[in-house]
Amino acid sequence: MKFLRNTLDKIKPNFEKDGKLHFLHSTFDALETFMFVPNHTTKGGAHIRDGIDLKRTMFTVIIALVPALLFGMWNVGELHFTAQNIDSFIIDNLIYGAMKVVPIIVVSYLVGLGIEFAFCQVNGHPVNEGFLVSGMLIPLIVPADIPLWMVAVATAFAVIIGKEVFGGTGMNILNPALTARVFLYIAYPVEMAGDIWVSGIKDGLVDASSGATYLGDLGVGKAVTVDTYNAFMGFMPGSIGETSTLMCLIGAAILIVSGIGSWRIMLATVIGALGMGLILNAIGGNPYYDLPAYQHLIIGGFAFGAVFMATDPVSAAHTQRGKWIYGILIGVLTVLIRVFNPAYPEGIMFAILFMNVMAPLVDNYVVKANIKRRLNRVKA
Amino acid sequence: MSKVIKIKKGKDISLVGAADKSTAPKTLSSSFAIKPTDFKNLVPKMVVKAGEEVKAGDVLFQDKANPAIKFTSPVSGEVAEVVRGERRAIQEVRILADSEIKYKSFSTPSTMTAESIKEILLESGLWAFVVQRPFGTIADPSATPKAIHVSCFDSAPLAVDYNYSLSADGDAFAKGLEALNALTEGKVHLNINAKSENAAMFAQAKGVEINSFSGSHPAGLVGVQIHHLDPINKGDVVWTLNPQQVVFIGRLLTSGTVDLTQKVAVAGSDVKSPQYVETIVGVNVEAITVDNISNDNSRFISGNVLTGSNIGSTGYVGFFDHLLSIIPEGNEYEFMGWLFPSYPRPTISNSLPISKFLKKSFVANTNPHGEERAFVMTGEYEKVLPMDVMPVQLLKSILAQDLEAMEKLGIYEVIEEDLALCEFVCTSKIEVQQILSGGLDLMAEEG
Repeated sequence: MKFLRNTLDKIKPNFEKDGKLHFLHSTFDALETFMFVPNHTTKGGAHIRDGIDLKRTMFTVIIALVPALLFGMWNVGELHFTAQNIDSFIIDNLIYGAMKVVPIIVVSYLVGLGIEFAFCQVNGHPVNEGFLVSGMLIPLIVPADIPLWMVAVATAFAVIIGKEVFGGTGMNILNPALTARVFLYIAYPVEMAGDIWVSGIKDGLVDASSGATYLGDLGVGKAVTVDTYNAFMGFMPGSIGETSTLMCLIGAAILIVSGIGSWRIMLATVIGALGMGLILNAIGGNPYYDLPAYQHLIIGGFAFGAVFMATDPVSAAHTQRGKWIYGILIGVLTVLIRVFNPAYPEGIMFAILFMNVMAPLVDNYVVKANIKRRLNRVKA
Repeated sequence: MSKVIKIKKGKDISLVGAADKSTAPKTLSSSFAIKPTDFKNLVPKMVVKAGEEVKAGDVLFQDKANPAIKFTSPVSGEVAEVVRGERRAIQEVRILADSEIKYKSFSTPSTMTAESIKEILLESGLWAFVVQRPFGTIADPSATPKAIHVSCFDSAPLAVDYNYSLSADGDAFAKGLEALNALTEGKVHLNINAKSENAAMFAQAKGVEINSFSGSHPAGLVGVQIHHLDPINKGDVVWTLNPQQVVFIGRLLTSGTVDLTQKVAVAGSDVKSPQYVETIVGVNVEAITVDNISNDNSRFISGNVLTGSNIGSTGYVGFFDHLLSIIPEGNEYEFMGWLFPSYPRPTISNSLPISKFLKKSFVANTNPHGEERAFVMTGEYEKVLPMDVMPVQLLKSILAQDLEAMEKLGIYEVIEEDLALCEFVCTSKIEVQQILSGGLDLMAEEG
């Protein structure tokens, strides 16, 4: 540790103002503060501060994503080999999955962090930890066979248009990872729809019909019987990290217990989706109306979206009451989009993005209610 | 007793080194100071010059905006130095004390009327102890407050226990309350702790409304109590004092002298034997900490660790303070400290389970444990602010300098100390109190 500290102290002057490598000072700062919490002290105000910081917060989210990531890698391999009727062990699946997923993660981080560091350098900001999570979320919500250049373009779009133009982490309106996903969906509709969900289809290795998703089938009006157990466990095709409701629940538990993710939003989203699903069940009429409400929670990206995307504190509603409204509307909209607009099978993505835009409005009403209470006090 | 008001939000921060309930013999300090910087928005005008002799109660300087508000010497002796800072602003007026204090004598009013009480408080300099809400400035003597609030317990870390420190001052306290009653047409609220035993001087005080509060810090903060009892609306004026100051007023009205003798708690993990010290307002730190500090890299805070001011090892205890918190500085790098904290630290976050659940009492230092960031996390401030005020929205309206929004969001109800816990818990390490202070200044100026 001492050696590392001494080395950093020795090279630090190069990155300070007038140093030769000043143009890299954001990068140096980011790496230095990653390894060592700075020796700054409080200036005034509260002389002591809580032990939590944004690095730890973001890292906790990454931990919460690990179960979904590992399962996703395994599932990519499992689907691939099963489709070819090849017997495979856990380790085979994991290795195949890792070969597909790790490059996506690497590209996502390289592109995203590269842009982020460059922006921070130009604006003179410290590098914010926000992308640590976005960079992990993006790989988990794309299909395994996605070309890497697409990941790069989408990530660049998300970081620049989704975040940096608004002023960086904390200022963005839309969830950056979902911005990347919706960019892919709209910019490359052919590549992002149809039989893409099992790795190997594109190369002709795997028979296309094996890769249908429940949402895809429902979208074209097919009656489906959801295998609840498989859907809950995640033994089905889909984006890399989204298939397993169980893994999302483990992630949710980590986020809720650590206090990092908002249980209000997660619960509200589930309530909204269940409620809307039950209403549609009551109306009934076609296979989609009749899909049992609880099954909406376990198919597609619902669980992943509700746990990891809707709860992004920056783009969600900021007020406690607003979070309930925000979550419920996400749930309701997800089901509505799925059922009434099957051309867009992934309802949760649009629902969250739409509510990201609406969140300030929701907050505005909550704040107005607070102001009204204060004014009423005078009258009373 | 009236019903207990339960404060459900908040956080008690327990630090190592709470003052033992014993008092060191009166120390013979020779140096005292009154600091104009202890008062919000005060521009002082000197009355004495360095080298002049003063008695306890003689005027040192006045408020330039309202010369009726005077600041008097806590001790008798020679004005040693007028310390000036940037742009010659007066920072400290230091007095070299006599070994035997000579008091200026004031004629005590025969009847307690608002006018007579105001007059003697203004003349004696004790008026400066009366804090006015909104904004937390020195009270305007021409105003009539709708109520006066006295919080009889301090819930901040390492705080003084008034039950102990004022145990000999029951009569003066009662006399002081009488005076406060004369100052307002509304009520005098005495807010006591429902969780602990209260001395009879508080629990059985006469002529005042006694309210009891239970809950974690900030239950003891007068701003929180006001919010729950009788919130401040636009145009309202409320005055606040702490019990120590009520005692000073009581002594003045009894004996006609400015006797600012008080027990100061010297506490914190860097203090060898934390205990109370009997001394006088404005005492020099060296005199009350001699041979009692276990660390050469400490921060000396006049007041508590959440709101106090850093006065250094040779500074002077602030005008309003009777707590000196001494904690280690945190100016050390911590390898991967954000991931593997190398020592326990106070926190409200479950993501630091060892600190949160296994440790009861902390040796906290001044490292902020992270760098400043934009607002990211939400719902954190709300966990520790037991008021129907939306802290983040208020702070953002201040950053946007939107006076109308600040007013609507309740800036009249808070001063810096009320949001100190928000600053403590902030993941993004935002300087909450500094931002609020800017907003209060702006509002006081424009409103």
